Amino acid sequence: MLILENVCKTYSTGFPALNNISLRVEKGEFVFIVGQSGAGKSTLIKLLLKELEPTSGHIFINGKNLGRAKRRELPIIRRDMGVVFQDFRLLEDRNIYDNIAFAQKVVEAPARRIRSEVLSMLSMVGLLEKYKYFPSQLSGGEQQRAAIARALINKPEILLADEPTGNLDNANSWEIMKLLDEANKRGTTVVVVTHNMDLVRAMKKRVITIDHGEIVSDEKWGDYGYED
Amino acid sequence: MKISSLGYCIKQGFKNIYRNRLFSLASVATMSACIFLFGIFYSVVTNVSYMVEEAEKNTCLTVFFDVGVTDARIESIGKTIQQMDNVILIEFTSAEEAWEKYKVKYFGDRMDLAEGFEDDNPLADSASYTVYLDSADALSTVASSVENIDGVRTVRRSEITANSLSDVSGLVSMVSITMIVVLFLVALFLIGNTVSVGISIRKEEIAIMKLLGARNAFVRAPFIVEGIVIGFVGAMLPMIVIYYLYENVVYYIISRFTFLSNILAFLPIKTIFSTLLPVAAILGVGIGFLGSYMTLRKHLKV
Ligand SMILES: Nc1ncnc2c1ncn2[C@@H]1O[C@H](COP(=O)(O)OP(=O)(O)OP(=O)(O)O)[C@@H](O)[C@H]1O
Ligand SMILES: [Mg+2]
Repeated sequence: MLILENVCKTYSTGFPALNNISLRVEKGEFVFIVGQSGAGKSTLIKLLLKELEPTSGHIFINGKNLGRAKRRELPIIRRDMGVVFQDFRLLEDRNIYDNIAFAQKVVEAPARRIRSEVLSMLSMVGLLEKYKYFPSQLSGGEQQRAAIARALINKPEILLADEPTGNLDNANSWEIMKLLDEANKRGTTVVVVTHNMDLVRAMKKRVITIDHGEIVSDEKWGDYGYED
Repeated sequence: MKISSLGYCIKQGFKNIYRNRLFSLASVATMSACIFLFGIFYSVVTNVSYMVEEAEKNTCLTVFFDVGVTDARIESIGKTIQQMDNVILIEFTSAEEAWEKYKVKYFGDRMDLAEGFEDDNPLADSASYTVYLDSADALSTVASSVENIDGVRTVRRSEITANSLSDVSGLVSMVSITMIVVLFLVALFLIGNTVSVGISIRKEEIAIMKLLGARNAFVRAPFIVEGIVIGFVGAMLPMIVIYYLYENVVYYIISRFTFLSNILAFLPIKTIFSTLLPVAAILGVGIGFLGSYMTLRKHLKV
């Protein structure tokens, strides 16, 4: 489903963000990736999306080698992945409804499906009444939920969420976790990057700890591998 | 691409133009200038060649005189011819002028060969009138009446030599074509620039589109639409101007030079437009497409 083989990433500045990462995530798994700020977690997500190229090593998504993917294959591979960016990356010039519909339009979903699916997704994340709001008019938690709605709207096989509870209070964080868990129960493979220890402990899922660009622990029902 | 996606891309293309309206306007204006000049050039050239063709078809008569006839007699012959029906215009060519023309035509750049004849014009008796008629039908009637005039040796059907005319239009063509080509390059560059500004405005949107799995063609389509629309609008605006200008200019020339009305046979605007309009449209769309396509290749790699 999701395989990394000896992946290294050194930024053009010469900074080695990831060093020899090998990792395997099976279909339907729920995985936390934890680690200190600057450990390389977001870098890992960007490599999975081919937003960045690894300096060395191979990445496979659903059996397809990202490094070998042709230009026209890449969009198809990316459609299998929904992503919640650390900084949301919602488009500021359009409302929440249009932001989510945008994800469907760009993958050329049939127009007649878009409206009903966006509305039901909005109600799932609890933003139905605020569908006309612009991102700047929403709270951090609401933007987070909008970003999750956009990531899930095309029913991806894999959901990548980078700090989906960053800056949120406990109640809101739990709401978000519930959404991700529900998606996982529907069969989506979920990879969540987080700092929130309490959440990780309570969820009792697989936990991969990254430190200075290396995997230092990978535990099935694990605890946090480092102390904040 | 699906119809709904196509609709979306077209809408985005128009949005690009609006967001980026200053640049879009500059591109449209340059495109218009090109097409305007091109249109004028095309109209003039087609009309001139049409007129030459028509004049050649109508043909005219060349009238030669008996040997030793006096200048006064020649003048009175001219007056007689002028008064005949169907005669629009007559033109006198003296023996010297005839020789000058002949020399250029037959000796060309070996003009030295002609020097031996200088003092003894071989065409001494070749002074003539060129008589322009308003219809080819009247040709034989007029010819026989002219032959009967005292002092006329022969009457020949001759064709108008359009040489000088085509020399001038050759030079005009060169200058015009160069200007038009330069302007087209400027238009290409400006449209490319407009598109690249649009791309930089929408950088984040494009990045997200790609991460969400948009196909390359889908990302590019709005910018292609932008280029094509700019090119097309830029091509059609001057067509409207030319349409009205043409009628007025033709009307002005005809009313100003009534005595030439039979030589100045203008083509109707419909005939001009039947070629000019599609050519302008293709040029506009083509340059718009090319401008944005080249920019996309440079700035929108995956
Ligand atoms: N574009 C870049 N150019 C150079 N260095 C970068 C770039 N992006 C990230 N880095 C460096 O790579 C390291 C890992 O960054 P990354 O964003 O992956 O960290 P992270 O684990 O996501 O941290 P956080 O928890 O704060 O989000 C950091 O030290 C960062 O300075
Ligand atoms: Mg990060």
